[in-house]
Amino acid sequence: MSEDSKKAETVEEKPYKPSSPSSKLDFDGFWEYDDAPQNADHVEYEDQYDLFIGGEFIAPEKGRYFDSLNPATEKKLTSFAEATQQDIDKAVKAARKAFDKSWSTLEAKERGKYIFRIARLIQERAREFSVLESMDGGKPIRESRDVDVPLAAAHFFYYAGWADKLDYAFPGKKAEPLGVAGQIIPWNFPLLMLAWKVAPALATGNTVVLKPAETTSLTALKFAELCKDAGLPDGVVNIVTGAGQTGSAIVNHDDIDKIAFTGSTEVGKIIKKSLAGTDKRYTLELGGKGPNIIFEDAPLDQAVEGVINAIFFNQGHVCCAGSRLFVQEGVADTVIQKLRDRMETLIVGDPLDKNTDIGAINSEQQYNKINEYLEVGVNEGANMYQSSCQIPETGYFCRPTIFTNVGQSNRIVQEEIFGPVLTVQTFRTAEEGIEKANNTPYGLAGGVWTDKGSKIFKTGSKIRNGVVWSNTYNKFDPTSPFGGYKESGEGREGGLHGLYPYVKLQ
Amino acid sequence: MSDRIEVLKTYKTYVGGNFPRTESGRYYKVYDANENILANACQCSRKDVRDAVVEAREAQPDWNNRSAYNRGQILYRIAEMLETRKAQFIEELETIGYKTKKAKAEVEASIDRLIYYAGWSDKYQQVFGTINPVASSHFNFSMPEPMGVVNIWAPEDRPLLGLVSVMAPVIVGGNTCIILASEKYPLSAISFAEVLNSSDVPDGVVNILTGFRDELLEHMTTHKDVNAFFYTDPDIDQEQRKQIDENATLNLKRVRRKPVEDWLSEKAQSPYYITDFQETKTTWHPVGL
Repeated sequence: MSEDSKKAETVEEKPYKPSSPSSKLDFDGFWEYDDAPQNADHVEYEDQYDLFIGGEFIAPEKGRYFDSLNPATEKKLTSFAEATQQDIDKAVKAARKAFDKSWSTLEAKERGKYIFRIARLIQERAREFSVLESMDGGKPIRESRDVDVPLAAAHFFYYAGWADKLDYAFPGKKAEPLGVAGQIIPWNFPLLMLAWKVAPALATGNTVVLKPAETTSLTALKFAELCKDAGLPDGVVNIVTGAGQTGSAIVNHDDIDKIAFTGSTEVGKIIKKSLAGTDKRYTLELGGKGPNIIFEDAPLDQAVEGVINAIFFNQGHVCCAGSRLFVQEGVADTVIQKLRDRMETLIVGDPLDKNTDIGAINSEQQYNKINEYLEVGVNEGANMYQSSCQIPETGYFCRPTIFTNVGQSNRIVQEEIFGPVLTVQTFRTAEEGIEKANNTPYGLAGGVWTDKGSKIFKTGSKIRNGVVWSNTYNKFDPTSPFGGYKESGEGREGGLHGLYPYVKLQ
Repeated sequence: MSDRIEVLKTYKTYVGGNFPRTESGRYYKVYDANENILANACQCSRKDVRDAVVEAREAQPDWNNRSAYNRGQILYRIAEMLETRKAQFIEELETIGYKTKKAKAEVEASIDRLIYYAGWSDKYQQVFGTINPVASSHFNFSMPEPMGVVNIWAPEDRPLLGLVSVMAPVIVGGNTCIILASEKYPLSAISFAEVLNSSDVPDGVVNILTGFRDELLEHMTTHKDVNAFFYTDPDIDQEQRKQIDENATLNLKRVRRKPVEDWLSEKAQSPYYITDFQETKTTWHPVGL
């Protein structure tokens, strides 16, 4: 922890009282954590980045650039080009040319080899990517190092192998590529979401125009360098930076065959609407309000660890975050107490410190949004509890927060906050728990905690979610399909199922 | 020849296992091939759509809880019932201008199609489900699960075969549905409801309405308790197509547009029609002692 953070303001809530002298995990009293900063000296990045189109970095037509901040310091990190309609035209043309001339005529096994190369190059440069991811997006280095970057490499490695095996993926059908895929990704897992989008698209023989989120474009442009290093034919991957308007230029481009979007449900609906009446295919991976259900017979300590991971992983900037906790009445008090105890031990602060559990909120805009929701929660009559940890004075940081005494209709229960904010409700019967869990327009992911196998399968089958984590949470793997029911999206990413959105079946 | 007066059938709708008239009290005339009036069909309204959705939603969990084997047998039972009423359906098709041979082919293909999908009931899960070899110590599998309630426009031509071909893959996967029958030739659909009604198909699993597409499009595509919308006509008006897609954004309804030119072709049946109305659910569980 830095000196600054020691001076952070005190908590406004009731003073923290452990239920019994032994129940508090009082690390503070016994342990002082030294700073454990990840060395960032070897990591290089430019002051300004151009667009990556047709295998080259080129300046945007209108010459406009925008700054990208490090959310932990609020200081400028670098700046990105703003791609406008003409730039998107160029990128789509380059992608189309690459599709027609090189990529679709290349033998499938050779296509696969390029993708394997990309996987290897990411592994070789893993530390550099992790550091940049944490600097640009604010996530703890431990997460970018152990989750984001290795998983991104694994994704390319997995899909590389599919390139020449597509005949086995769709029984009775022949899979053909769609053409040019327009891909728009969010700021919560910048490189990983890029991998989720680019790997299956390339493996199935498509070329891509990808737009990273405006606050987290750095690793995408580093990835562009890596594509060059891999010798990937020009135009197979094009990376264009910009905000909503740039994205809209991609969505509405006539020569794009498929749109893949990950982001909010609100924007997802706008995209779906803009595609109305066209032949463009699309996949949408949207918001969520994941239920996490703890039954009385669950291993409670394990469940509490799971809840912590479910909501505080990546500052809660996770579409599948377990943001609604449902605890069976008999163990509710115990669980809430254990949860508070565990929250006290979380370290909020410098994303580049290896001890940090919760890094910086990704942007000022998101920081303000979370704080608005905290206010809404309190105004709606819920009880707010925040851990008493110190937070740095500069940068966008938010204490881990739980709300109890909330009802189904509370906004903080219904709306996606996308921050380290958990609501806690109780239930008596399994039916009640399931009904409450399903009482939302979302349906992305959820958790079930119980020691009883039959209960896991019954509850799991009743929850209307694309992913069910039983006695675990927030696990991801390239072989495992991911995606939502209801208003959490359409289509799956990952696994064999993740090939389907990028092919036409003849 | 006796002087007996023939008893004519009143064609109504099929909702929740009953045969109600439209609540709106409206009707439209259905003609035979010689422009003679065949029947007064119900011109269904928004309220009829909404009533049918309530029935379909209520029926869905139980239908989904049936074993795959049981659903397969029920689909097979529909085929059995249709086989025994072949003559009636051939005759009905003849009145709208089908030659006997063509009518026979359509009815027989409809029966065969039901058998085709009956057989898939306990197999598509095996073909399309996966066990995923994740790198961490977890057991991980992905299975298809029904979307829920599906609104369907039955094809405008092929009033029996088209209807059966869009219905069977949707319900065999555990969904329930509301089908708007062919506007011009709705009578086979209502007669088919009689077959469903005597085939152990639980009430509300299939609901059949008659009426005007133009009028019902909005109500069938905007309803927020409907998970998907399915239509197959190849020559649909572009404006309507756009309208369907736009309305579907309201609750992210899955729109499945599958233009089919020839319903008799083998290509008009495939397990992919089943998976089009399935979500994929992935379940994780730790592995350890």
